[in-house]
Amino acid sequence: MKVLVGVKRVIDANVKARVKSDGTGVETANVKMAMNPFCEIATEQAVRMKEAGSVTEIIAASCGPAANVETLRTALAMGADRGVHVQTDAELQPLAIAKLLKSVAEKEQVQLVILGKQAIDNDFNQTGQMLAALLGWSQATFASAIEVAGEWLKVTREVDGGLEHVEVKLPAVVTADLRLNEPRYASLPNIMKAKKKPIDTLTPDALGVDVTPRLKTLKVSEPPARKAGIKVESVAQLVDKLKNEAQVI
Amino acid sequence: MSILFLVEHDNESLKSVTLRVASAAAKVAAVAGGEVHALVAGSNCAGAAAAAAKIAGVSKVLKADAPALAGNLAENVAPLIAKLAANYTHVVAASTTVGKNILPRAAALSDSQPISEVMGIEAADIFVRPIYAGNALARVQSSDAKKFMTIRGTAFEAAAADGGSATIEDVAPAGDAGLSKYIGSELTKSARPELTAARVIISGGRGMQSGDNFVMLERVADKLNAAVGASRAAVDAGFVPNDYQVGQTGKVVAPELYIAVGISGAIQHLAGMKDSKVIVAINKDEEAPIFQVADYGLVADLFKAVPELEVELDKALQQK
Repeated sequence: MKVLVGVKRVIDANVKARVKSDGTGVETANVKMAMNPFCEIATEQAVRMKEAGSVTEIIAASCGPAANVETLRTALAMGADRGVHVQTDAELQPLAIAKLLKSVAEKEQVQLVILGKQAIDNDFNQTGQMLAALLGWSQATFASAIEVAGEWLKVTREVDGGLEHVEVKLPAVVTADLRLNEPRYASLPNIMKAKKKPIDTLTPDALGVDVTPRLKTLKVSEPPARKAGIKVESVAQLVDKLKNEAQVI
Repeated sequence: MSILFLVEHDNESLKSVTLRVASAAAKVAAVAGGEVHALVAGSNCAGAAAAAAKIAGVSKVLKADAPALAGNLAENVAPLIAKLAANYTHVVAASTTVGKNILPRAAALSDSQPISEVMGIEAADIFVRPIYAGNALARVQSSDAKKFMTIRGTAFEAAAADGGSATIEDVAPAGDAGLSKYIGSELTKSARPELTAARVIISGGRGMQSGDNFVMLERVADKLNAAVGASRAAVDAGFVPNDYQVGQTGKVVAPELYIAVGISGAIQHLAGMKDSKVIVAINKDEEAPIFQVADYGLVADLFKAVPELEVELDKALQQK
């Protein structure tokens, strides 16, 4: 079966985001960017399924500006076969991305879409669920294990109380949680090979998708800072402070 | 037009987060107008519907009772919500794994862009939500006719579980879409309070070195009636199950007292606990970022400090 993975370019997970002084957003100029960690897990999953023989071709898709090609190259270096870049400088919100990915999934006639469960920049956690709705497909979110069983997938999901087991009919959308796998580092030869793999460029217009944002960001601000605390010298002093100063025990 | 919220339940009784969702829905109603209605979707869920009818501020409970609604399968619940949404301006659910799984699917069926993890309600169309692991707060305005939102439970007080007398109305459930099957759950059994509802939490990180060492934290937890949590590093290392994880993509908590033991304090972990009232950090590395958010920091070897803490707590609690 053919698989589509979505990959998003975000501020590197190890960089602390800084709010712009004019309150219009978060500083991204001269900030290290990387593939969203959950998208790495999604890509790794597709590659492992191909290595196991249940997947025949992996198409990586990314929606956004020209720089997203870098993120697609990372996916190709990890093992995706080819890329689709939906190029636009417009702000894209999850509903718009779900519509774009729907067109790509239909165009490419894939049987499975694997996405990260959320992007670590806007923390929406929506795109996979909305894509499944628009396609009328089944969904298995927050996956920590996936097994192909004929026309169905057996999926273990990470839920608030522990783990949940579901079976979803193919075609399906799966979103990856942290424990699904540990993504590989691309080897140098694979990074070189990835430069030769094809990337198609499309636009929202060509796909007939209206990407107008539904949410307008009025202001982005820093959360209230915690006031600096103190260091205590001993456990006894700690317990005394908790009891008599903070009065929480 | 009114506000509809999704009740989380086990068919018999309500999950505690539901009371917080109810109070958020009431806040929306206060600025947008209309009544607050609750949707109980499940299988043999009359008990949960009766409990929802007692929540203060709820005027109507819609009960959708069908075998296909067991197990909270999004493929079956979302179409029901999307259909009911015709009569509502806002649809509200919790930012739990249930709410986050179902609500965006229902929103997409209604061509609406949902708003996740709402922490503040400023107007019928203006909401505050965290982005970048809570390192920034975004104030957003929705232009959608119907607003779908998940709320962050810790940002809203719980509504009173008693005092309401809503009518219960049966609604025709959508059938089984035939796309998915709920097979079963492996839920962590614990006599301790739930992480998201606990007054005190003690969490362990990579510094705990093994799952067996979490027994030390459990002993302290027993003294304080606390829940036990963990950082991602401790879950990834297999020390404890995934449902212990506190952080950006795990559970967001805001207890009265949060004790972080052997946790360095990655931004992703801080995102899940920095709204706690009092934070204690115990770590042998005095440079650990966790100390920047801690009210009380103790630079010490946790294997000495935690057993000592157990003894000192005993003394302090006896003096009460």
